[in-house]
Amino acid sequence: MDDSALIDVALTVNGTHYQRQVESRLLLSDFLRHDLGLTGTHVGCEHGVCGACTILLDGEAVRACLLFAAQVRGSTITTVEGLAAADGTLHPLQEAFRQAHGLQCGFCTPGFLLTLVPFLAENPNPDDREIRQAISGNLCRCTGYQGIVDAVRSLSRTGAPKPAHEAET
Amino acid sequence: MSSRVFGEPIKRLEDPRLLTGDAVFVDDVERPGMLHVAFLRSPYAHGRLHAIDLTDARSRDGVIAAFAADDLGAYWQHGPLLVPPPPIADAVFYPRTQVPLARGKVRHAGEPLAVVVATSRYIAEDALDDIVYDLEPLDVAIELEAALDADAPRIHEDLDSNLAADVRQQKGDYAAARAAADVILERRFTYDHGAAAAIENRGVVADWDRRAERLTVWDTTQAPIPIRNGLAGLLGLSESQVRVVAPFIGGGFGPKIMMFYPEEMVVPWLAMRLGKPVKWIEDREENFFATTHERSQIHQAEIALDREGRILGVRDDFLHDTGAYNPYGLTVPINSQCTLLGPYRVPAYDSRFRAVFTNATIVTPYRGAGRQHGVFVMERLLDLAARELNLDPVEIRRRNVLEPDEFPHHHEIIYQDFSELVYDSGNHRPAIEKACAMIDWERERDGAGIQGEEPAGTVDKRRGVGLVCYVEGTGIGPYEGARVTVESSGSVSVSTGIGTQGQGHFTAFAQVVAEQLGVAVERVRVVTGDTRAFHWGTGTFASRGAVVAGNACHAAALAVRAKILRHASEALEVDEADLELVGGEARVVGAPQRRIALGDLAQRANPLRGAVAPGTEPGLEATSYFGPSRGATASGVHAMEVEVDPSTAMVEILRYIVVHDCGTVINPMILDGQIKGGVAQGIGNAFYEQLIYDSEGQLQNASLMDYLLPTAAEVPPIETAHLVTPSPLNPLGTKGAGEAGAIPTGALFAQAVENALREDLPDLEILEIPLSPNRLWELMCAARGEQA
Ligand code: FES
Ligand code: FES
Repeated sequence: MDDSALIDVALTVNGTHYQRQVESRLLLSDFLRHDLGLTGTHVGCEHGVCGACTILLDGEAVRACLLFAAQVRGSTITTVEGLAAADGTLHPLQEAFRQAHGLQCGFCTPGFLLTLVPFLAENPNPDDREIRQAISGNLCRCTGYQGIVDAVRSLSRTGAPKPAHEAET
Repeated sequence: MSSRVFGEPIKRLEDPRLLTGDAVFVDDVERPGMLHVAFLRSPYAHGRLHAIDLTDARSRDGVIAAFAADDLGAYWQHGPLLVPPPPIADAVFYPRTQVPLARGKVRHAGEPLAVVVATSRYIAEDALDDIVYDLEPLDVAIELEAALDADAPRIHEDLDSNLAADVRQQKGDYAAARAAADVILERRFTYDHGAAAAIENRGVVADWDRRAERLTVWDTTQAPIPIRNGLAGLLGLSESQVRVVAPFIGGGFGPKIMMFYPEEMVVPWLAMRLGKPVKWIEDREENFFATTHERSQIHQAEIALDREGRILGVRDDFLHDTGAYNPYGLTVPINSQCTLLGPYRVPAYDSRFRAVFTNATIVTPYRGAGRQHGVFVMERLLDLAARELNLDPVEIRRRNVLEPDEFPHHHEIIYQDFSELVYDSGNHRPAIEKACAMIDWERERDGAGIQGEEPAGTVDKRRGVGLVCYVEGTGIGPYEGARVTVESSGSVSVSTGIGTQGQGHFTAFAQVVAEQLGVAVERVRVVTGDTRAFHWGTGTFASRGAVVAGNACHAAALAVRAKILRHASEALEVDEADLELVGGEARVVGAPQRRIALGDLAQRANPLRGAVAPGTEPGLEATSYFGPSRGATASGVHAMEVEVDPSTAMVEILRYIVVHDCGTVINPMILDGQIKGGVAQGIGNAFYEQLIYDSEGQLQNASLMDYLLPTAAEVPPIETAHLVTPSPLNPLGTKGAGEAGAIPTGALFAQAVENALREDLPDLEILEIPLSPNRLWELMCAARGEQA
């Protein structure tokens, strides 16, 4: 295929509808960050290991660096920008991270949050082993993970609700 | 009194921005018309560059320009020697620093050969394939000892060999100590450290505003001010024309303070040359080749003791891999040399090191910065001596640690900060006893042993414990500064020059200032890492942020406090001594209805009309600096319990305990995070991470798939306890904490694993780090006298 052929992409991100034309090779991570300006999704490896680029694609946690933008036509995406409420109130998981010191540099954090939102929806009362299992595909070089585990545990009774924009609809 | 903020586990003020995706990292910076950069990098570790042809690359659609070394003209020059050698008698040091783009010769794989600028990163990378070049591969010097051979391939051909430095430091009379010793043990130790692997790679964005004649650079650096000053010099600009911003940084750990990286020199030049904003973001593969590492040392070390297990002396001779260039001088090997002494009384010390150029990525400090290597050697020597003398490992340490009345303790050698190595303070014995109590040392050490039967089909596992000690010279000079301003709204702004990479400076410095000014910590807004906000200082390294910048904030806050009290005493017509600063107001003690808000005082101090007394400075503002005479000595004890499966050599950490003393604590939550994060990196270093080079100087595991960072499944919960022995060298009494967690882990791992396997393999000696299950298996086989 001709590299320069552009592909129409229409999709919904954090409740907003977007329509763009993209090159076939444009990574979804670059599309979100640079075409849509949603720079909260971070890129640490571009080979699917670090998990910093994790987003929700139709409710499921996926790595945006392993997908092309052209592959996600018509889908619904949530990025970290879509977690807090419109008035800025943090999502309970975000608040739990803050309370438990689950972040230091914060670069890995968006990926952890979006990995954990669907995990907690399915397992509202995980034990520590399950929490560690759930985040073992995300790398954090700063925290040693304990604050992250503590944050999730603190929610395990209440569970983590849906991202704000999904809850509203 | 309002509630205290200093010393409290205040939730971080920066977190909301980081948690919502609002925080700006370098790759988040967008400028109109911005161009993108890719570097062509050497595929060979050593080569002669005969020709490079950029014609095809330049003619590709979307490519704006391409440059090789010769195109840089007079701008092409060697980077600065960042750290000159300390004043050690007879030290030999051959500085050879990196260049922006290779010319004539390539000295490590990944060294940049050319740069392409295009309308997108994708196109810039496409164009790298269009570049035609003639690079003749040369034999490589990659293995540390072989690189010193007389006939080894020469990396810097103007030198006689690959020797980069030869330094000897001595204390006391080692020969006499040896002659008097009852026990002498000598071993060869190897300690390899790895890649810092911050989850954010490096990046530089540069924007030249031609009409305002101003250059703005966003850089993932730990040291924005030296970058600004250096860039101004390189580019022929005045320092005031250059603004360097280190915004939110996704982890530093040392390598982000190297300067100048070739890309840091090239990208700003491109922006000026092309008159367009230019962005370069490192990818993960580049990070493995082009961002500095820490790597290997080989020590031949000997300890001399009396029959009670008291150290009489230590002798060490080690080789240090410095990589292809050595812009960071001797910092890492001197840290190894000095930190080896640990919290112990060592009457005689004779330590020589030789730094060696190799055809590999440059070595600069990475969290711990060589301290691990030294601690490993000393702790292992003590463990071996304890075994020889039939002493408990804790007991031999008890007999040798410095007692509180022995401080300040002079070691009579020179440290990396150019001053004599003196421990300012310490209280080691309680730390040891505390760690013993936490891990239940007496019970576990001999009692643990072979555990009960596992379910059928699995082999018994073995349990063991370990305990090691360390000290860390932290918070070194020269200085940092801070400016504190009370605004007319009553908010307080604080700016300091250091960069921040997740250490919670926005919160910790706010606590320091809020404590003095009696305001809520949320009202204190801290700016770090922007040379426009503050332009004196050095950077974040050597666990110095909380010590040096923290004390500068404290000093500035005290000066502002004095101004507030003076103005308030005028306004309220009371003695300064009768005032207190609480809740954002100055109040009369005992008559709290007589009060004035800090914002109102700020306005009084900045009148728009009328006369002021001669010499009056406007506003409630002060700028102060703090420069310690030498580093503050942090220390600690780590203990751990492991379970080893002798049939697979897998090691599981059951408990990990840290008893740490970093003096006065500003925010215990942040401190705990620093310690735990450091331990996680230490565990990676001890058991998972190793940069593996083949004989051609090719890095074999340059991806996160192959270079294993510990995940949540490998890092256990870490239990911490803190003792407080304030540093006498600064008003707050703080000591650095950033690196401590990572320093003793390798030594601890080795001791605990040996202990676990004591029944099966009483002669097993672990003299190297990193281990891996494979390597441990080989060592276990060797100890049994078998082939692996
Ligand atoms: S950037 Fe996608 S997994 Fe690392
Ligand atoms: S907080 Fe820095 S990588 Fe996780």
